[in-house]
Amino acid sequence: MKFGILVNEGPYTHEASDSAYLFTRAALEKGHQIYRVFFYHDGVNNANKYTEPPQDDRHIVNRWTKLAEQYEVDLVVCVAAALRRGIKDELLAPGFRISGLGQLVEAGIQGERLVVFGD
Amino acid sequence: MSEADQQDEEGGGVVKKFMFVNRKAPYGTIYALEGLEVVLISAAFDQDVSLAFVDDGVYQLVKGQQTKGIEAKNFSPAYRALEGYDIEKLYVEREALEARGLAEEDLLVDVQLMSSAELGELMAAQDVVIGF
Repeated sequence: MKFGILVNEGPYTHEASDSAYLFTRAALEKGHQIYRVFFYHDGVNNANKYTEPPQDDRHIVNRWTKLAEQYEVDLVVCVAAALRRGIKDELLAPGFRISGLGQLVEAGIQGERLVVFGD
Repeated sequence: MSEADQQDEEGGGVVKKFMFVNRKAPYGTIYALEGLEVVLISAAFDQDVSLAFVDDGVYQLVKGQQTKGIEAKNFSPAYRALEGYDIEKLYVEREALEARGLAEEDLLVDVQLMSSAELGELMAAQDVVIGF
């Protein structure tokens, strides 16, 4: 199955961000394809490389980066939502890129399922 | 960009049923505003787009919104512009409207009222459902 993933909430504040990662990782481990992960609303904060959680906690941003390295997952941060929240190219963690909302609609068209994680 | 690239970027002629489900009041959170931004972009992809308004989402369509006092932009006129983007399927959950003391004439655009059950059936028939 080819999935598109939409992440609508920020890291640590909301479990949606964890669930999206866990689902994506599980799908890849089972041999499914992830067409794209799109970060929208406060979800854009999942891409901030300056994120520094306490050491005994999971690192949500680095976790996405590692997944992108391992499986070449396309991690796309919405430009309009990002700019509104001060997220710019220079503070993106490796593996993330900034692009337009068209990338979300395209994920809906190209994926067999679009799975939305949010409130 | 060549025509082939354009085709590819926009989905290669595939037409899917997209439903955007608006569940939140317009100004308490950003979901309604950013949701509308997705709807407007989707119009460029020649898909079968519809909008559903349920729960507090019905407040998004209420006439006469005044936002100066909260220093927020009144984006409600954009719903009237949807027709110009060929987005004409606007469904409102009848129960949600009635529970809030609202009626069809309180809304700023023409909509189709539906029961929760009817709306549920319509959702089940979609290819892509995105809730805001």
